[in-house]
This record gives sequence, C-alpha cells and structure tokens, in this order.
Amino acid sequence: MAGSDTDEAETTERSADQQLVEELLAGKHRALARIISKVENRSPGYRDLVSALHAHTGGADVIGITGSPGAGKSTLVDKLAKRYRDQGLTVGVIAIDPSSPFTGGSVLGDRIRMASNTADMDVFFRSMSARGHLGGVSTATADAVTALDAFGKDRIIVETVGAGQNEIDIVKTADTVAVLVPPGSGDDVQMLKAGILEIADVFVVNKADIDGADRTVKELQEMIHGRGDLAGGHHPGDGLDVALSDRTGDDEGWEPPIVETVAKSGEGVEELLETLAEHAGWLDDSGRRQQQARTRYAEEIRTLLREDAARLVASEVERRGGLESFAEAVLARETDPYSVADDVIQPIEDCVEGRK
Amino acid sequence: MSEAQGQRTIRCLIAKVGLDGHDRGAHVIARAFRDAGFEVIYSGLHKSPDEIVTAAVQEDVDVIGISILSGAHNTLVPKIVEGLEEYDAFEDTLLIVGGIIPEDDRAGLREMGVAEIFGPGASMDETIEFVRENAPERD
Repeated sequence: MAGSDTDEAETTERSADQQLVEELLAGKHRALARIISKVENRSPGYRDLVSALHAHTGGADVIGITGSPGAGKSTLVDKLAKRYRDQGLTVGVIAIDPSSPFTGGSVLGDRIRMASNTADMDVFFRSMSARGHLGGVSTATADAVTALDAFGKDRIIVETVGAGQNEIDIVKTADTVAVLVPPGSGDDVQMLKAGILEIADVFVVNKADIDGADRTVKELQEMIHGRGDLAGGHHPGDGLDVALSDRTGDDEGWEPPIVETVAKSGEGVEELLETLAEHAGWLDDSGRRQQQARTRYAEEIRTLLREDAARLVASEVERRGGLESFAEAVLARETDPYSVADDVIQPIEDCVEGRK
Repeated sequence: MSEAQGQRTIRCLIAKVGLDGHDRGAHVIARAFRDAGFEVIYSGLHKSPDEIVTAAVQEDVDVIGISILSGAHNTLVPKIVEGLEEYDAFEDTLLIVGGIIPEDDRAGLREMGVAEIFGPGASMDETIEFVRENAPERD
C-alpha cells in the first residue's frame, strides 16, 4: 500500500476517534460503549483515546467488589446501583467474567442479576471477559473506568471474582474495595488469607440469613485480629459491625468493618452504603485518596512501560530471525541464553546511553 | 483492520423478549456461540424491548440474536429496531431472529432490518458461519 493512502486512512481514523471522544463527553451512550470496546480490544488509536479522556476524569468514586463465585456479588451490585440511582446519582458497572482458555469464548452472565436496573440507561452496565488482554485485564479495566469517569458517572463499580493476582490487580483500580464472604465456608475464609484480605476496606458477609453467618463473622474477626494489633472496637454499629485492626495501624486507622447483608432482600444494603460513604469520606479527610491515586498511576505507568519495552524487544527479536532461531543456536551450543539477551539488548542500550 | 492484536472477538447478545418463557433454544445457542469463541451476553427471560436495547447499546454487541417462540415477533422486533435507531446503534448491528416464524412474516421482518431468520432445523454451524461472515465491519 502506498504511504499516502495509509496516512489518509490514519487521518480519518483519528478524526473519527476525536468525534467519538466529543460524543462521549457530550453524553452519548453509544460513544461510551464504543470507546470501551476499543480500549478492550486494544484497537488502533486506543491510547490516544484514553489520553484524551484523562483530563476529564477524577469525578467518580470507584468501588471494587470481589469475592468467591456464588458469594452474591452481582445481586449486591444490582441493589447498590439501585440505591445510588434513588439518590439521583449515575452509575457505571464493569463486571468481569472468566473466559475459556481454549476457545476464548465466554458467556457473560452477570447482567442477568441486574434485575432492578435493566432498562435504565443511567446505570451503564458493561460485561467484560477476562480474555488474554495485552497488558492484562487490569489495564483494560482501568481504561474502561477512565471512560466511565470522563462520561461523568458519579459511582463506578468494578465487580470481579476474587481468585488470583489478576483479580487483585483489577480491584486495585478502585478507591474502596469490598470483599464478599459467603457464610458457612471455612474454606473461603482460608482463601482470603492468600492476599485478598489485605485489599479489603470493607468485609461483607452476604447471605447473612443463612446458618453459619455468625460463625463466619467470628472467623473473619479472629483472622483479621490475628494479623495485627487489636485496635479496639469503636466503629459505630448496631452489633453487626465490628471494628477491626487497621492493616498498617499508623495512618489514622481505617478499620475494615464487617457488614452483614442479604443482597436478595436488600437487607443491610443501607448500612453497606453508609460504610462505603464513610470510607470515601475518610479517604478525602486523611489525604489517602490522593496518595492511593498516586500509587495507582505510578503502577499504571510502570505496567505500560514494561509492556511497551517488551514490544520493542519482541520486534527486535523478530527482525533478527525470531526466538526460534536463537533457541536453535543455543541448542547447538553456538551461543548461550545470556549472550543472546545481551546481544539483543545492546542496540537498545546504546540508544538510551547515547541520549544521555 | 490489519493489526497485530489478532482476531477481534465477536460479541453477541442472546435476547429473550416478551412473555415467552421457553429458553432451551437460547441456551443451546449461547453455548454454541461461546464454543465458537464468541463473547455471549444472555439477557435472561421476559425482557422488554427497551431492556434489550439498553443491553445491546451498553455492551456494544456486534450481533443481537432474538429468540421468539411466542408469535409476537411482529410487534416486538420493530420496537427493538426503533430503540436501536434512537441510540444510533441500528446501522452496524447484525440482527438475527431464531424461533418459530411463519413463512408469511419473514419478508416483513427482513424489511424491518432482520438479516436472517433461523427456524427449527437450522444447523448450528450454518448459524455460526452466518454470524462470522456478516458481523459488521468495525475497527
């Protein structure tokens, strides 16, 4: 293809993207949906899109909800969204579902639980599959949150199964993280130990009407107390909420409370809302919101740089005949892995050094 | 768009609309589409045309598969088309209908903008192939 043709195509694409951004900022739902698709697919030009939107963000409270499958996340999100709407707030929801590692296909089922809001365009619900995104799902999620924030959503809820590092990274895009624990599941509490505990700002024992809920609350308390000093119980509550030790203890102590809910009937949802609002207030008062955002952006930049550098190296390897041929040479004892790595990195290093 | 990112994933909304409560077919299709590598969003039962439109717009699906076995297609389908148009989402969304649609109604549905109708006996492979070939070109 001739160079001029490509340039022309690029120009039209850019202006089409510009129009999309303008439409999103003007409140057009279709544009918002399309931009989320573009960041999710990593379509050409998605980086410019996110860049253009960034200046318009910062207005939303982002809430992460995670927990084991069947904990009742989607039902609870539905109820939360409904309450926010009743308060006159607009809501964005991103629900992340696993996809098949074999076909890449998936059935994204969280939407079915959104029974209270299905025809309400101001609850913008988007299902995302945890397919093998470049740079991980967490980057795509963060970009989708940026789009919803720029659109002007007051509250953004990110919902995901809490099963591994990936999911932990996803909920880190949130200002406030709620971890759901279904009752009667000693194993789930065990699972929480593996890293999910540390990210919780609020614990929610959902399905609190089920036998064993009390025990789960108790187990949670014990476990949380076990990891640090007792901070003493001064969280305002009606006996359901229990104050817990703070994770670090020295930063004006936010103590992750335990809230009991029955998402299906809506019981306890009001308390959860208050607790979330309290946490948001604490973030503002203590300056933690800024601090968290700073850490988050640093992490994001680091991820992007790693991604971009990896791509740079990959194309250099490709240019030199591909990884296979290097492996072949190593196998034949003509060279070794370290020398190959040095060799490939050398020109890049020279470039960087030369610019000093 | 030739891009190193690999193949675009086709997103589909499988929609049950109106009072019809038979969703075996919708489930079978949802599973087959998933196994074909599509991302499938299932609407759940008894949805209104408005709800289908909201879902289709927000999820930015390439394809809407409406399953209707109740005979109400002549009133429900136009409402969905209208809703999509209102949100500027009709032009580049592939609309297909599955279920029991009498021969006499088919031309009318096509005129409204339905791309294809899959009745009883339509093969799954054929349906998947149709979606692959006709999913709207986007970047």
